[in-house]
Amino acid sequence: NDIQWCFSQVKGAVDDDVAEADIISTVEFNHSGELLATGDKGGRVVIFQQNKIQSHSRGEYNVYSTFQSHEPEFDYLKSLEIEEKINKIRWLPQKNAAQFLLSTNDKTIKLWKISERDKRPEGYNLKEEDGRYRDPTTVTTLRVPVFRPMDLMVEASPRRIFANAHTYHINSISINSDYETYLSADDLRINLWHLEITDRSFNIVDIKPANMEELTEVITAAEFHPNSCNTFVYSSSKGTIRLCDMRASALCDRHSKLFEEPEDPSNRSFFSEIISSISDVKFSHSGRYMMTRDYLSVKIWDLNMENRPVETYQVHEYLRSKLCSLYENDCIFDKFECCWNGSDSVVMTGSYNNFFRMFDRNTKRDITLEASRENNKPRTVLKPRKVCASGKRKKDEISVDSLDFNKKILHTAWHPKENIIAVATTNNLYIFQDKVN
Amino acid sequence: MMLSKGLKRKREEEEEPEKEALAVDTWWLDPRLPAVAQAPPAVPSNSLLDLSVLKLHHSLRQSEPDLRHLVLLVNTLRRIQASVEPEATLPSVPSPPEAPGVAADSLLPSSDAALSASMASLLEDLSHIEGLSQAPQPLVDEGPPGRPSGGAPPGLGALDLLGPATGCLLDDELEGLFEDIDTSMYDSELWAPASEGLKPGPEDGPGKEEGLELDEAQLDYLLDVLVGTQALERPPGPGR
Repeated sequence: NDIQWCFSQVKGAVDDDVAEADIISTVEFNHSGELLATGDKGGRVVIFQQNKIQSHSRGEYNVYSTFQSHEPEFDYLKSLEIEEKINKIRWLPQKNAAQFLLSTNDKTIKLWKISERDKRPEGYNLKEEDGRYRDPTTVTTLRVPVFRPMDLMVEASPRRIFANAHTYHINSISINSDYETYLSADDLRINLWHLEITDRSFNIVDIKPANMEELTEVITAAEFHPNSCNTFVYSSSKGTIRLCDMRASALCDRHSKLFEEPEDPSNRSFFSEIISSISDVKFSHSGRYMMTRDYLSVKIWDLNMENRPVETYQVHEYLRSKLCSLYENDCIFDKFECCWNGSDSVVMTGSYNNFFRMFDRNTKRDITLEASRENNKPRTVLKPRKVCASGKRKKDEISVDSLDFNKKILHTAWHPKENIIAVATTNNLYIFQDKVN
Repeated sequence: MMLSKGLKRKREEEEEPEKEALAVDTWWLDPRLPAVAQAPPAVPSNSLLDLSVLKLHHSLRQSEPDLRHLVLLVNTLRRIQASVEPEATLPSVPSPPEAPGVAADSLLPSSDAALSASMASLLEDLSHIEGLSQAPQPLVDEGPPGRPSGGAPPGLGALDLLGPATGCLLDDELEGLFEDIDTSMYDSELWAPASEGLKPGPEDGPGKEEGLELDEAQLDYLLDVLVGTQALERPPGPGR
């Protein structure tokens, strides 16, 4: 049976006037799905925690912690401002009571520890409860301070700062399955770090040409394989994905596999390269497949087959005839992300007009839904949307020309175990869950 | 976003001959192809070219250009230019302005000059842009800083500005660049190891009298020091 998606919550300001700092730039569930982190253009991280008390509101998330992860910086040598916008957040698997995540802006990666404090010491002899010192002459008896419960306080503290390793803008971070190392990728290079060591990193991919005149391709995304700690992939602006094995050599400039689909000659245009540029790459949880997102489609690749994807899903094919206008308004350069559900049976990605799309790999059915405050009531099933590409528009359909290209859903995330999804519009975070029967 | 001087006016003069060329050269605007069948009326290549050049200009004017955006723009611009001037070769290394298009299509006699002139003015405007490879980061070896490309010939190597352009400065203009420079700081002890056996120069080592006989490695070194000094003195760019 198909999932029926219901609105659960929306987080963020109601105003139409969007403050630039509030623009959401990344969304990520942790490994258990209990925590949901967002990063924004203002360098802040907001973590939401799942309400686990009532079963019917398991799609309810409440603010757990908010902190300023990155601040704007000034590079004095190049006279350039470094943006504080959080490009990516990745959670570490939980090892003890505290939670850890990596957050990155264009240049610096930080490891944050998020811990809870729910007790405090009370009954000091020399201090009052409010912290003022008591006059020692008034102390007539002594007592042993005890821990008493207090309102939960969640503290975030930076534990490691990984800086000065990227000349270009960091687009990806990915934690290795060994849980000791991670990679960070910028436009031209990929570096390997150890989580404990901040003063050095190893460069494992370098595609910078000796002569910058010869530069025709950049790295757009990179990710470690979920199970093989020696394997990672990186995608390019030319629509290729390279799989590298770190056992083969220290510098993985030569790929082990190159995934590329030949261009369809009937679809060639001036914009072919731009729309083939891959904006996101994600391994399936099983590690057998990987998914790539380019401007118009989502492709599923079998790691054993390099010459073409095994599945291709059209996200918004009706935009193909509008590429020139989308080039003019720069929308053609938008970078959409994509994600898998927990069982790798459904994939999801965003589109314009606050629409997002899901593709069921088994039934081959797809659905378009909208993240909008109009469908505000919890447990209201979302109505599927349809875009009319041409010809007579049916009732309830929206024509391509009416689409709002300023309302883009670039970031989406799927709970690792349940049918709960987080969808980010420009400055709001929507949470949807499947209808409980 | 400022327009390059003269760009728009020159395009308009060239409208007529451009449109004739379009039908022949731009197969991807062929209405028989399905992708185009649904398309709105085909945009003339020259306005798409204009748009792309403007975008490139705008992108390069950012204090820190988005490399992906830049690369995609440049590659697209190359495709567009190839359709507008199909017989022009697009050198990856800059070449003198007269070469591409001289033997080209007689349907576009003046558009090459217009294009070359507009690209030249564009590149000249942008010649102050600091090379992206200039950051002396502790863990990353960046190689020599970018070269000033004032006077660099046009062509779609906008990325020439972003890195050392070893080829283009080894010509007659080189001497002129160094006329007013006091070369006493480049004493023979710095040059001697490189110059031994490489040229039958005067015994007192290289100096400004060597001029064009300086070999490439020595020029690179010299330019590195010059550009390195200039980079430090350069005033801060515009804020974001």
